[in-house]
Amino acid sequence: MSIFGEVPQAAPVAVFKLTADFREDQNPSKVNLGVGAYRTDECQPWVLPVVRKVEKMIADDHSLNHEYLPILGLPEFRSSASKIALGADSPAIKENRVGAVQCLGGTGALKIGAEFLRRWYNGTDNTKTPVYVSAPTWENHNAVFSNAGFEEIRPYKYWDAGKRGLDLEGFLGDLESAPDHSIFVLHACAHNPTGTDPTQDQWKQIADVMKRKSLFAFFDSAYQGFASGNLDKDAWAVRYFVSQGFELFCAQSFSKNFGLYNERVGNLTVVAEDQDNLNRVLSQMEKIVRITWSNPPSQGARLVAITLNTPELFAEWKDNVKTMADRVLLMRAQLKEKLKALGTPGTWEHITEQIGMFSFTGLNPKQVEYMVKEKHIYLMASGRINMCGLTTKNIDYVAESIHEAVTTVQ
Amino acid sequence: MHRRKMSARSVFDGAVFMSSEMKLLEDFKRDSHPDKVNLAGREYVGEHGHTTWLPLVRKIKQQIATDLTLTPEYPPILGIPEFTRRATELALGKDSPAIVESRVFGVQTVGCTGAVRLGAELLRSCCCSNSSWSGPILLSSPCDDSLLGTFKAAGIEDVQHYRYWDAESNGVCVENMVHDLENAPERSVVVLFASGHSPTGAELSQEDWKRLAEVMVTRQLFPFFLMSAQGLCSGSLKQDAWPVRHCVSLGLELLCAQSFSHNFGLYGERVGHLLCVLKQNLLAVQSQAEKLVQTLWSCPPMEGARVVTTVLNNPAHLVEWQESVKAIAERCMLIRERLRERLRLLGGPWHWDHIIKPGGLYCCFGLNTQQVEFLVQKKHIYVLPNGCLNVSAINSRNLDYVAESIHQALSSQL
Repeated sequence: MSIFGEVPQAAPVAVFKLTADFREDQNPSKVNLGVGAYRTDECQPWVLPVVRKVEKMIADDHSLNHEYLPILGLPEFRSSASKIALGADSPAIKENRVGAVQCLGGTGALKIGAEFLRRWYNGTDNTKTPVYVSAPTWENHNAVFSNAGFEEIRPYKYWDAGKRGLDLEGFLGDLESAPDHSIFVLHACAHNPTGTDPTQDQWKQIADVMKRKSLFAFFDSAYQGFASGNLDKDAWAVRYFVSQGFELFCAQSFSKNFGLYNERVGNLTVVAEDQDNLNRVLSQMEKIVRITWSNPPSQGARLVAITLNTPELFAEWKDNVKTMADRVLLMRAQLKEKLKALGTPGTWEHITEQIGMFSFTGLNPKQVEYMVKEKHIYLMASGRINMCGLTTKNIDYVAESIHEAVTTVQ
Repeated sequence: MHRRKMSARSVFDGAVFMSSEMKLLEDFKRDSHPDKVNLAGREYVGEHGHTTWLPLVRKIKQQIATDLTLTPEYPPILGIPEFTRRATELALGKDSPAIVESRVFGVQTVGCTGAVRLGAELLRSCCCSNSSWSGPILLSSPCDDSLLGTFKAAGIEDVQHYRYWDAESNGVCVENMVHDLENAPERSVVVLFASGHSPTGAELSQEDWKRLAEVMVTRQLFPFFLMSAQGLCSGSLKQDAWPVRHCVSLGLELLCAQSFSHNFGLYGERVGHLLCVLKQNLLAVQSQAEKLVQTLWSCPPMEGARVVTTVLNNPAHLVEWQESVKAIAERCMLIRERLRERLRLLGGPWHWDHIIKPGGLYCCFGLNTQQVEFLVQKKHIYVLPNGCLNVSAINSRNLDYVAESIHQALSSQL
């Protein structure tokens, strides 16, 4: 009998199945509002102009060596990426208590952080330490932490479907009732999937409880710059926590804000109490990386490092990021306008109040099914849409379809 | 405003400091001795002492950088289908029965380590599902710490060892290995090395492989091959992959972790592949592999895999690449012969045949700790702690110095 003979079939991941169904659909009006990747108004993927430029520079550079990168990654990438998250003038950086590990995308950064915490966070075996993820959250959070050995993955209240906004009271309540030293996965900005972020004042309240109960802040930052168009603004929450004296992890992804989905560019920024703790942490993380992927890939990290460390290129990148963020903001504004003009029942303020790539429309599963089956508009069963899938050419069709769904399907 | 608690404990207080694996390399970089040699590197270096690319690889990379049709989209979780197809064919041969019978799938991974980690996770998931299988995994003795660590990190607890390197003969003792496999529990997973053992470089002959394969069939053992440098040992891609193909021809199921780091010089790009040859239940296992990849790296990086695919897809490129692999293998062989010759001329009671018997990058001298320390501290020749060394870093400029130093190290203990 084969060792693998009894392995069960795993359920397909919803968002990939959605895209597969979309691809097979022959209907000429079809729209894909599923997967979280940026699209231009022509509904095409976009290679950032600065990325094209730097790619060519790298390919023409004959002085680059082809060796394995250091296990912790390209040094100039790690430091410049951490500066993006914390600010170049961050006191924590000046105090030499910030370090980083180059990882395989945001997923890889979460993975290394999770593996470290399970081994070394609070005592040497954290398999029973609860890890809290928002309800709802990115569907892969659970799997990453669970596979890292954490046995207790719990939801914390986040989305209030009734008022279509943040359930702050529920959130704070779950923080209070969590065991001390629990780990909380926080979305740095542009919450996935709801697009709903706490306000600065709400973040302050969250931080207060977390400090009092020694809860660990593990930030997931996949959309910095993409949310508001401004890097610093999008990093406010992380920087606030640092200023409050928290030790924390921040898993950064450069997939979206550099459009480098396929080169897996991520960075795990570590803020520790002091340099000694930082060094010990990094030394253990090196061990963990060595038995996961050994060394990270060089292409994407080189590209990002050159861009961030060259003033003209950095400026051009910020501009490219703003282009993407602005298009999303435009689509949000236009969708809301059109729904209001159609007189679609309900309030649609949340479309422009929410931020980043995603919007929780509030459509129920039956209405979503209508959208997919009858209108060939593909969105998640949760009602989540990717604003990047909207264009000036399809926005009328989408708005009308939402109107139909809301008025004819209960 | 910035406030900090001045005397607070860190939540990371419990983390113990680990000495870095990179320390040896860092020590070498800091060493200012004019005759220093680094024989502990993990990369193949050319006569000039650096890693190198085929002009072909450079050209393809330039093409990729200017190709407007390539999009930066998320690749499939299991990687580029063309890549996995070519990597599979490279390992098994285009006409392999496993391919013809659709009993194989491949996953593009982050280097060989990524492939091993994924394979280990897949095996562990078998332990957890309702299956009756619960291990063990058999690793060679010796084996790299990181290999053992990878299996443990994946949650495999039952790890045992089979005897491989024999210090007496400076080679493999096949009798011991056969004995250990014959006495292993049925359905054990055995980690084996095609294209050169790490860390010793010691190889098995085709006759040895035939014997081992027979034992594996009888005891229903499951081979997990590591093929990190296909083509670099014998100079022939086909010959280096022979053990894997032989096992497939006997109907064995197996996993094979492949790397394109050495044979393409694409170390930095982390191009790896996990090959799965099964008898049944292929789609279910593939779906579990997808699930596991999402908890590791979501999907693999494209750059390196695109280069490899471009070469393997094009007959002319393929020929040029195969020539370059052969040239690397031949240079390693030549260095080994020259080293043996120098050592022979320096005299002493030792035999040096074990240096030229295997091919590939690594050579093991069975040096003890003091001898290794002597080489590193006194002669500024950096070898691995277990006395193994990377022959590619020996060149016409340092050959004499290296040979003399090894001779001194061995003599000093007489």
